[in-house]
Amino acid sequence: MDLVEQFPVIIVGLSMFLAYTMLLTGYFNRRLPFFMSLAMNSFFLILSLFILNHVLTVGPIRYWQGGWRPPWGIEYVIDAMNAYLLVIVISMVILGLIYSKKNVEHEIEERKHVTFYTLVQLMVAGLYGITVTGDLFNMFIWLEIASLTAYALIAVAGGRALRPAYNYVIMGSIGACLYIFGVCWLYSVTGTLNFADMRLLLPLVYDNRAVQMAFAMIVVGVMIKAYIFPLHLWQPDVYTYAPSTISSMMASVHVKVMFYILLRMFYSVFTLEFIRHYIGLDLLICWVAAIAILAGSIWAIKQRNLKRMLAYSSVSQMGYILLGVGLSPLSPWGLVGAAAHILNHAIGKGCLFMCAGAISQQEGLKDIRDFGGLGKKMPHVCAAFTIAALSMIGIPLTAGFASKLFLIFASLEAAQYPFVAVLLLSGLLNLVYFWRVIDQMYFVKQKGPENAVEVKEKSKPIPLSMVVPILILAALCIIMGIVWLTDIPLPLIDHILSNLRMGVTL
Amino acid sequence: MELITPLLAILCPAIAAALILPSRNHPNIRELWTIAGSVAMFLLVLSMAPLIVKGETIEFTLFQSMFKGIYIGFKVDAFGEIFAITASSLWVLVSIYSIGYMRTLKEHAQTRYYFAFCFAILGAVGVALSANLVTMFIFFEIITISTYPLVIHEQTPEALKAGHKYLAYLMPAGAFLLFGIMITYYLTGTTDFTPGGIKALATASPMIITVLFFTFLLGFMKAAWMPFHSWLPTAMIAPSPVSALLHAVAVVKAGVFGIVRIVGYVLGMDLMQQLGLWLILAGIASFTMIVASFFAISQDNLKRRLAYSTISQLSYIILGAALLNKESIQAAMLLIPFHGYMKITLFLCAGAILVATGKTKISEMAGIGKIMPVTMLAFSVAAIGMAGIPPVAGFVSKLYLCLGAWAVGSPYGMIFLAVILISSLLDIVYFFPIILTAFFKKPAEGIGAIGKVKVKEAPLLVVVPLTITAIFSLVFFVYPNMFYIFDLAKMAISQLFGGA
Repeated sequence: MDLVEQFPVIIVGLSMFLAYTMLLTGYFNRRLPFFMSLAMNSFFLILSLFILNHVLTVGPIRYWQGGWRPPWGIEYVIDAMNAYLLVIVISMVILGLIYSKKNVEHEIEERKHVTFYTLVQLMVAGLYGITVTGDLFNMFIWLEIASLTAYALIAVAGGRALRPAYNYVIMGSIGACLYIFGVCWLYSVTGTLNFADMRLLLPLVYDNRAVQMAFAMIVVGVMIKAYIFPLHLWQPDVYTYAPSTISSMMASVHVKVMFYILLRMFYSVFTLEFIRHYIGLDLLICWVAAIAILAGSIWAIKQRNLKRMLAYSSVSQMGYILLGVGLSPLSPWGLVGAAAHILNHAIGKGCLFMCAGAISQQEGLKDIRDFGGLGKKMPHVCAAFTIAALSMIGIPLTAGFASKLFLIFASLEAAQYPFVAVLLLSGLLNLVYFWRVIDQMYFVKQKGPENAVEVKEKSKPIPLSMVVPILILAALCIIMGIVWLTDIPLPLIDHILSNLRMGVTL
Repeated sequence: MELITPLLAILCPAIAAALILPSRNHPNIRELWTIAGSVAMFLLVLSMAPLIVKGETIEFTLFQSMFKGIYIGFKVDAFGEIFAITASSLWVLVSIYSIGYMRTLKEHAQTRYYFAFCFAILGAVGVALSANLVTMFIFFEIITISTYPLVIHEQTPEALKAGHKYLAYLMPAGAFLLFGIMITYYLTGTTDFTPGGIKALATASPMIITVLFFTFLLGFMKAAWMPFHSWLPTAMIAPSPVSALLHAVAVVKAGVFGIVRIVGYVLGMDLMQQLGLWLILAGIASFTMIVASFFAISQDNLKRRLAYSTISQLSYIILGAALLNKESIQAAMLLIPFHGYMKITLFLCAGAILVATGKTKISEMAGIGKIMPVTMLAFSVAAIGMAGIPPVAGFVSKLYLCLGAWAVGSPYGMIFLAVILISSLLDIVYFFPIILTAFFKKPAEGIGAIGKVKVKEAPLLVVVPLTITAIFSLVFFVYPNMFYIFDLAKMAISQLFGGA
């Protein structure tokens, strides 16, 4: 067995272990847990790159926990899709951690720092776990770890964050319940929990109502966690009042992993054939996505609070990914679009939330209407915000353009022309709400000079450790925008498609 | 032929922009970068011309995309080269003009101005050199985004409103364009510009082609055809050099350039003819030519009158493309540089008047010809050219356009010939009162110091560029082959129509 094949379990196991070690260390030294977490996650990033390389060159990794053979034991399966996702998740976590250092010092009282980082590390461990596992029940465990810690992390600031956190607890628990019910029903029918095993057994019982119901429950359960439009109600408050670091991590990482669960269910547990012929869900999903895309954007236009606007924008962007997933039975480009947008939205929205946090930390501003002249005061952050916003709008040479292009082409290939219109219209709606902010930052003249002096005295420039992750993400928006246009990602995409057994290469 | 020149040409303004930002506290150095970038780009673009005149096309592929058959790269053919030469040569002059204009008026945010200007030109020349629709789209969007800071330069509420209107027209246009491009690729598997049209489109159903045609037409709203024109007069709130280069040359010409590309290089003349689309396009162009002229007559603000004149003149180019014969398309290609030089002269004159006297309304310009003789002389030359009267460049292109209309034959040809002639007449109607007011009308009492002052031209940096463009407009009449323009147009025609 190759050493690389041990890496997934090392990442997950060490993450869990690290979280508790951090708690203990924090008892003696409050500053150390952060650095431990940063160091270990950087180490994981290297491991994940090795995994990605191994998956692309050798083939999928299958790790049997405790040496138990799959139908009985828990299996970790890493193919191109989760290797790719793992790299994204870990890199975003590292950037989020670097950013969080000073931001947390500003937003959260000191006595909570140790538990904060412990919880972050636990949440991250849960996300890594979801990403690598090949077992339905194991996935539930990791899902709960990631969710429970997220509830606590949202509430950590106290005050106004408590009610949204409570909402999320209720909604998230309903989602988790639906998921586990679905898994139970599947288990009762097939007697297995392993993805691959279940995929083999299920086609015989596709007609079974319990199986179909289980599928619906799992999908709806995950959709609550991924805040697909009508199920998004918990999300705007959460993103608005959670600490900026957590908003950023939730938007860039947490929700992406939820989508990964959805993808796994569609492709590795069930099959496209099932989705298309037995429940005819593919187009319904597309329409839900289309409504989410438009509704999210329209609600975002109505917002005045920057973080809240970004939250609704996320609702809309999740629609993009879902649309890609929904179109994938009809066109492989749908999956390419979804995979691309998982990364592009992680970069872009992560950057935007970090900018929002930086702006509120330095200038104490949350309302978009007060942003006049911000471009002069925070040139780097505003420039990064502009680039990320352009990426969200889908201007060429930014990452968002590429995913929009893939999704439009998927809609054309699937002969679903309304979605082309939806995507193009959504780009324009994004323009409306993001341009408002850009206008305020750069082009609207400030109200009074005396007011500006007052603010200047109050504000302390944000530290480099916050600016650097923001700038890195903004740069990535452009770099990925160009990379996605080239044929460099083609091998990866081909691997993802063939590993998900679509059997097509582009 | 594989050459890196197109990429280098595109990089010039990008490098200039990158150098402008750090030298924002040293105005002289900052302006030096603009000038250096513009001259370098012009020389690079011009250096390709001798090869292209011989019938070569210069290609440079940046990279293949994930979509089979789409690549990002440049392919410089004769038609693209014409537009590239026009835009880059005028950028040199306008850069000089900008320095005089912006410094005299002590404008704010000059660094942002020069920075955005570089990207706008990058976009325009990029559009000219693009090898396919996708590359072209990228540069199109760069133009749209980078001109926004220029339009709202004043940062007043009105300017912002104008900027929003600008985006409200051009961003949806971008969406339409993208839609058209994706459909083209979906139908044919390619988006490359092919002289005579993409062959595979001929098998598509007429319905789809018609939809595609209208999608592209909406996508090229930058051409300011009516009724989607009103962003252009609104955008005139921008500083004069911006109006001059961008809203008389770079942006709007990119739009008509796109339409010609669609007619000649994507859909193809045969398809346009078969489906009768040429008639629709020609109808839109004729409508715009006439109606915009009437709008122009009623404007008192000089720049707004020029804007409507631009809308009218752009439709000459569209009409030329729509008539689908050698002469008319040659007229369209010649009009791009010729109209560019003449119209920029007019805008630069309007800016010079603003700099020297602060006047923007035509009714206040009585007797201004005596105070600013050079400026108004240049203005007159360009105005005469607009109307198509020799000895100015406009005559050459208009002659070809009339020949093209004649070649279509009756009855449509005659109708369009009549439209061209009526429109030329209207050009005279709205330009000559300006000249008359400027030279022969006595300045009204109390309006200002006009008339009492002797000669008070705008600063040299302002006057010299507009004089040069006026002289060039004359030279183009005598020697249309300056900058290889005429040969390039002929070469483009022979590429389009296959030999001779």
